[in-house]
Amino acid sequence: MHPAKSVIFFTTATGAGYGLFIWLAILSFMGVLPASPLFGLIALGVSFALIIGGLLSSTLHLGRPERAFRALSQWRSSWLSREGVMAILTFIPMGIFAISWVFTSKNTGGVALIGLLGAFMAYITVFTTSMIYASLKTIPAWHNGWTKLAYLILCIMSGAVLTMALTLLMGSLTGNEKFSHAGFHLTMPTAIFLALGLIVKLLYWRHIHNSKPVSTAESATGLGEFGKVSFAGSPHSQDNYLLKEMGFKIARKHARKMRIIAAILGFILPLILIAVAIHHLHGMGRTIAILIAATSCAIGLVFERWLFFAEAKHVVTLYYGESEV
Amino acid sequence: ERMGINPFETVKETVALSPEVSDEVKTSTCYMCACRCGIKVHLKDGNIRYIEGNPDHPVNKGVLCAKGSSGIMHQNAPGKLTKPLLRVGERGSGEFKEIEWDEAMALAEKWLGDTRAKDPGKLAFFTGRDQSQSLTGWWASAYGTHNFAAHGGFCSVNMAAAGLYTIGGAFWEFGDPDFDRTKYFMMLGVADDHDSNPIKIGLGKLKTRGDAKFVVVNPSRNGYNAIADEWLGIRPGTDGLFIFAIIHELLRADKIDFPSLARYSNAPWLVIQNPGEADDGLFLRDKKGFPLIWDVKKKKAVSGYDKDISPAFAGERKIKGKTVVPSFELLARRYMDPQYSPDAVAERTGLTADTIRRIAAELAHAAFEEEVIIDQPWTDAWGRKHDKMIGRPVAIHAMRGISAHTNGFHTCRAIHMLQVLLGSIDTPGGWRYKPPFPKPIPPAPKPTPPHYKPNTPLGGGSNGFPTSPDDLIVDDNGQPLRIDKAFSWEHPISLHGMMHMVLRNAATKDPHEIDVLFMFMANMAWNSTMNIGETLGFFTAKNDDGSYKIPKIIYSDAFYSETVPYCDLILPDTTYLERYDCLSVLDRPFSAAHGVADGIRQPVVKPDRDVRTFQTVLLELGARLGLPGMVNDDGSAKFPGGYPDYLVNHERRPGVGPLAGWRGKNGDKSGIGEVNPNQLEKYIENGCFWSEEMPMEHQFFKHANQGYLNYSKKMGWIGEASPVVFQLYNEDLQKFRLAAQGHGERQPPEEHRERVDTYFDPLPIWYMPFEEAEIDTDEYPIHALSQRPMHMYHSWGSQNAWLRQITNANKLHIHTEMAASLDIIDDDWVWIESRHGRVKGQVKLITGVNKNTVWTWNAIGKRKGAWGLKHDAPENTKSFLLNHIISDVLAEGQKGIQYSNSDPITGQGSWYDLRVKIVKCTKAEWGETEPMYEAFKGGPVSDLDVLQYGKDMKGEDTGGKADLREYIGQRWANAANIDGIADGHGNIKKGDKT
Amino acid sequence: MTCLPKTAPAKKLGLVIDLDICVGCHACAVNCKEWNTGGKMAPLSDLDPYGSKPNGVWFNRIHTFETMNDVGVSRTVHFPKSCLHCDDAPCVTVCPTGASYKREEDGIVLVNDDICIGCKLCSWACPYGAREYDEAEGVMKKCTLCVDKIYNENLPEQSRVPACVSTCPAGARSFGDLNDPNSEVSKLSAARGGVALMPEQGTKPVNRYLLPRPKKTGQGVNAPRMLTHEDTSDDGAGMLARWVDKILTA
Ligand SMILES: Nc1nc2c(c(=O)[nH]1)N[C@H]1C(S)=C(S)[C@@H](COP(=O)(O)OP(=O)(O)OC[C@H]3O[C@@H](n4cnc5c(=O)[nH]c(N)nc54)[C@H](O)[C@@H]3O)O[C@H]1N2
Ligand SMILES: Nc1nc2c(c(=O)[nH]1)N[C@H]1C(S)=C(S)[C@@H](COP(=O)(O)OP(=O)(O)OC[C@H]3O[C@@H](n4cnc5c(=O)[nH]c(N)nc54)[C@H](O)[C@@H]3O)O[C@H]1N2
Ligand code: SF4
Ligand code: SF4
Ligand code: SF4
Ligand code: SF4
Ligand code: SF4
Ligand SMILES: [Mo]
Repeated sequence: MHPAKSVIFFTTATGAGYGLFIWLAILSFMGVLPASPLFGLIALGVSFALIIGGLLSSTLHLGRPERAFRALSQWRSSWLSREGVMAILTFIPMGIFAISWVFTSKNTGGVALIGLLGAFMAYITVFTTSMIYASLKTIPAWHNGWTKLAYLILCIMSGAVLTMALTLLMGSLTGNEKFSHAGFHLTMPTAIFLALGLIVKLLYWRHIHNSKPVSTAESATGLGEFGKVSFAGSPHSQDNYLLKEMGFKIARKHARKMRIIAAILGFILPLILIAVAIHHLHGMGRTIAILIAATSCAIGLVFERWLFFAEAKHVVTLYYGESEV
Repeated sequence: ERMGINPFETVKETVALSPEVSDEVKTSTCYMCACRCGIKVHLKDGNIRYIEGNPDHPVNKGVLCAKGSSGIMHQNAPGKLTKPLLRVGERGSGEFKEIEWDEAMALAEKWLGDTRAKDPGKLAFFTGRDQSQSLTGWWASAYGTHNFAAHGGFCSVNMAAAGLYTIGGAFWEFGDPDFDRTKYFMMLGVADDHDSNPIKIGLGKLKTRGDAKFVVVNPSRNGYNAIADEWLGIRPGTDGLFIFAIIHELLRADKIDFPSLARYSNAPWLVIQNPGEADDGLFLRDKKGFPLIWDVKKKKAVSGYDKDISPAFAGERKIKGKTVVPSFELLARRYMDPQYSPDAVAERTGLTADTIRRIAAELAHAAFEEEVIIDQPWTDAWGRKHDKMIGRPVAIHAMRGISAHTNGFHTCRAIHMLQVLLGSIDTPGGWRYKPPFPKPIPPAPKPTPPHYKPNTPLGGGSNGFPTSPDDLIVDDNGQPLRIDKAFSWEHPISLHGMMHMVLRNAATKDPHEIDVLFMFMANMAWNSTMNIGETLGFFTAKNDDGSYKIPKIIYSDAFYSETVPYCDLILPDTTYLERYDCLSVLDRPFSAAHGVADGIRQPVVKPDRDVRTFQTVLLELGARLGLPGMVNDDGSAKFPGGYPDYLVNHERRPGVGPLAGWRGKNGDKSGIGEVNPNQLEKYIENGCFWSEEMPMEHQFFKHANQGYLNYSKKMGWIGEASPVVFQLYNEDLQKFRLAAQGHGERQPPEEHRERVDTYFDPLPIWYMPFEEAEIDTDEYPIHALSQRPMHMYHSWGSQNAWLRQITNANKLHIHTEMAASLDIIDDDWVWIESRHGRVKGQVKLITGVNKNTVWTWNAIGKRKGAWGLKHDAPENTKSFLLNHIISDVLAEGQKGIQYSNSDPITGQGSWYDLRVKIVKCTKAEWGETEPMYEAFKGGPVSDLDVLQYGKDMKGEDTGGKADLREYIGQRWANAANIDGIADGHGNIKKGDKT
Repeated sequence: MTCLPKTAPAKKLGLVIDLDICVGCHACAVNCKEWNTGGKMAPLSDLDPYGSKPNGVWFNRIHTFETMNDVGVSRTVHFPKSCLHCDDAPCVTVCPTGASYKREEDGIVLVNDDICIGCKLCSWACPYGAREYDEAEGVMKKCTLCVDKIYNENLPEQSRVPACVSTCPAGARSFGDLNDPNSEVSKLSAARGGVALMPEQGTKPVNRYLLPRPKKTGQGVNAPRMLTHEDTSDDGAGMLARWVDKILTA
């Protein structure tokens, strides 16, 4: 599948944005996050920016953005529609939580409960996003449990890294130890989710590498009984929409390189940096290390997402020379 | 329709089931190719909404091919010429100035007038994709030039000549396989062909019937060949051997239709055996000139035309002091010879001997064990009654895979010989003539020599059918007199002229110089010429004084083709949807085997440009020049109404005009009849065609069917209602050979003797194609061919926004095994090198091709600056023409003559003799094709980024919903095999009233 | 209605395509474009129509395949492909707007281009590449089964057929109700064992493809494998002798 920037940004950004919110809500509920309006503004601001930015970029890639509102109507059957509806609904608890934090400096008790509700709905939204891809039979690389799992875990993972970065940054800037401590609460979870994330991706890659082809040029043409089917003539000399959108090809060697980059930047390096930061660094040094970890994770996830599309073969390519998908 | 803005509402669409399609529907005849299908054009505010096939039309019965379906984009093409052009820059630069028609006509009149006042023969008038040769030929003869021909010389004259000199008809589109009845259909060397839709309809029907076998002989397996029961991937140029081997088998097994041979062929005619003498190899004739046969019952020689003869087919006898044998014995001796056994030819043809034997057995089985009988009494030319029509259901069709070789004439004769030996010609299930064929063998007209008299008509047609050296157009030294050297000793039976040699000869002033070259509808500076590079040089060649060697070139095209920039005066033509046109029986008939038909085109849209119908322009020029037949006695124009006026009012002979339908004052006559002023209206009422179905008793054995022959005479197609006797042994050819052997008044000049002696064999022969014989076959081991894509018509498709999306870059198709040996994969760039040059292109690997052969689509490659395409169009940058590497001439022989790269008998251009080697390009050479010519200046170049034809054509819903009708393709044939499917056609069941 | 019809459509209109006689001429593809560019889905936009990357919206496209079996016998098969009007059309259920829907009355799958937002998800969901995005219009388009032609009272009966069907020179295309086992198309498909493409995708296509018939090589026709020579002499003298005495009256 053609890895469109808009979609890569949409999925990674919203994932991180929702993840960030989820952790903020949890930490608030645990009562370990000072209800500083400034921090609320920054942290929730980042979260909302990522989510809204992501959703916007996804609507911008529509042929008719001005009609986007119609996408809400088919929640009965369409995961894309469900995602739209959930995203909007989720803004309600998220909004209330944010407002009371930023304007009434409250992020605990009832507010925290609303926050948790928001977090829960956010997670469902991420699930609907994953289902948009996982529900497509035509793309075996997406049509499997690993796809959903990856979306769900990477959301929490990137959120955690981001939360740590923000809290520690706040801590060192304001000198308010509370923030840093809130961050330390996440050390373990973050490490665990980074590890989980890596494992899930590795298993995903193994899955798409090992899984048997779903369809073949023979089943696509019905000509199997005559032997092996090969492509002898194209309906058109230049690429058409189908080939531009779904005919994307990536060389095995290239893919392997990208996977290594994704694994290192997205998971391994952040893991190391966090470990080192927590155990061997202090003050600004530690914060910077975590910030680097966050950045590295973000870049790594972009690679991961690019691959998610680039490596996904669509069965329609069977009509254009692929022998099995 | 109502559309709320409630985001959760499901908007339901109400679909318009009965939108208005058009405000007017006009019928006409398609001209996206030469097949001439009937069309119904739906118009909306004068614009074309939709073109569909006319279900009532005899040619296409409602279907329409890809080309025909894209007529809208032909009409919409940015490359259309818009105004007369006068060259201002150098030839080939493309620099023109637009002029008014008055000036253009005045110029043309002056150029043509001056030449005619000097010597009409100094005009060379050659036409290309043409369907009005009866007009252009008549015009040329009235003008007085002997230098006229259409493009048949490089097209498929071998098929025409071989057919007309053997059976009085021809393949091409002048005959039809009996798709309804045949049991065995063999197709040799066909891609799409002229009879484009009828062949597709027929093949579909034949295969759906299910009781016939379809065999193809073709190095390539796409298109028609893909659906054959058996594909024989023969090596190009060897079909003659394949046919001979089949005949060898039939003779050896005595599987010959002797009764048919006795009745309908010259097999029994006695041939004089008198080596070295002037009558050797001629038929023994009686005083009246009738050929004699030996009657084994009467024990004497009688006329071969007599009734109730018992002819001898073999045995040497002495009659009237002459040693004679039946021509059949000569035939049998030749092809029974071991050199033509399946084993002997297997290797050269690339087919196994077993396969050839099996095909021979299958042919014999179909012909003799699977007779098709129609219970229909008929009377033969001798008045004998036959109570039924017995068919030998073997049908054969062949085209340019056979003809476009230097051995094509003889190979095509061999195929006709096979048909005759099997007795299948024009029998049920066989191959059938389309009226006005059959004609006498050969037809009567002879080519007319030049007279060099100012302002004088030629006094005959410039082209005709030579039957002896006396008919050649040569001087006393036997040198050519025509600019194309047609009808000379080099190519004596070049019936269609040799347009492909005109530019070389005119530029080298060999045999003579010309003043004006006048061309119509032929892309001679690109895809319809061999040896493009040198040919462009001929266009631009100059004398020492800086003047062009071809002083003036007038050209009529409808589009900015590659040829336009090389001409001086451009007369922009209308498109086929903008003009009256005529598909005449005098020209290229589109009859069906069961009845004659002709038709017209009518303007369906108005030109939005300053263009004029070429035929009308030609008639006006004729009038201005005062050509006989084109002016009244008072000198005024005879056809002020232009072409339509001529179509109705011109009479070639009393009662015979361009159109055969609705003749006579009140339109009640057909064929021959007085002029009918309302004739065109009648045609339009009837869907722009006329057809006349013949009674079943006239539909078969037309060559010897009394009723049919009388009808043919009545229609004015033949002079005498006498039978057409198949000429297996061709005496006319022998006459040329005798001359070469030193007999008669007119003999070939020394340098041509051997060639004429060799190739004018009265019986079919096979010889290695000339290029193959001349080159080192180890260096050039591969055959290179081109094929027509079914969705493109020569150069026209590339300017068509829809068709060009299907193919805008042609690849070289090569066998996967050859590719492996050359270490080549899909889309690699390769050099295709012939002895004549090299061209660069990309490859596509396939398995459906002969292993020693590569092929590509024809005429996709274009030159920058032509056709309105952007310069970076793939047609200009990635596509290639084999024409660049096909030489128009052969290597100079010992005798110092350089013959045209054409068939030695007919002058047919031999496009498919090409031999090449494939060389993988270095990576540095990838990306763009070569040779790459500089772009023309000033041609139209489209700047359109998005085309949205039809955006504003959605029709208003008039409401209502018609009942559904099921459509069954090949309904007739499917109904016969599957119960539950009703007979009928398409979505109309027998008995339905519509 | 972007949920599939609750009650299965009364009719299942579709095409039956005979690969045994399709010669790959592209007539159906071009005639389809010609009809539909002025029809319900008008226009079928063409990008860069005269330039280096011409590509436009087509509802029907003709592919060519070759098959090769293990004994080295190969075939060339021309293969037209358009929307198969699936029973379980994923292109419908994924659509977030309801623009992509299946008609209850005849099962035709259509796009309502007035509300389509051009999210392209349906083209991802279609296994057959039957959905064509119109980049110029920003909406998805597809084969309409010529819904604006087959019922059209402004056309003569013979023209009330999908454009691709009536124009096919080989007669390789048939059209009708594949829901009714007694319909002619059903009989045709049954008689020839019509197949569905990619059944494993679970889309339940309505259109059927008739596979190429077995080739009649020697075996096919009941002719002998070779003729028996009446004369094996080198120069055929034997035959000639026989013919010398041949007596027949014509
Ligand atoms: N390599 C290779 N070359 C070949 C062949 C091959 O098999 N292989 N085939 C050969 C054969 S058989 C033939 S017949 C030739 C065909 O080649 P051509 O005879 O050149 O035919 P086209 O190129 O189709 O068209 C000739 C010209 O007709 C113009 N034209 C189109 N419509 C009209 C009209 O309405 N009025 C006028 N006045 N002009 C119009 C076109 O613009 C074009 O410039 O090609 C030959 N060239
Ligand atoms: N769509 C379309 N139709 C056309 C035309 C067009 O341009 N486009 N042009 C029209 C014109 S002008 C003409 S002349 C006709 C030509 O009609 P065709 O003869 O059908 O056209 P070609 O493309 O010359 O096809 C030649 C075929 O012969 C095969 N062949 C080549 N060499 C040999 C050989 O030695 N032996 C055998 N057995 N086969 C061989 C090639 O593989 C090819 O399939 O088509 C007419 N119809
Ligand atoms: S075959 Fe096609 S292009 Fe040729 S006349 Fe018929 S419809 Fe037109
Ligand atoms: S029109 Fe008929 S023969 Fe031609 S490609 Fe389409 S289905 Fe095949
Ligand atoms: S073929 Fe594709 S577009 Fe057509 S109904 Fe099936 S899934 Fe939908
Ligand atoms: S592109 Fe249009 S039709 Fe397709 S899913 Fe999106 S909204 Fe529905
Ligand atoms: S049914 Fe109509 S829309 Fe569909 S492919 Fe055929 S012509 Fe095109
Ligand atoms: Mo031709």
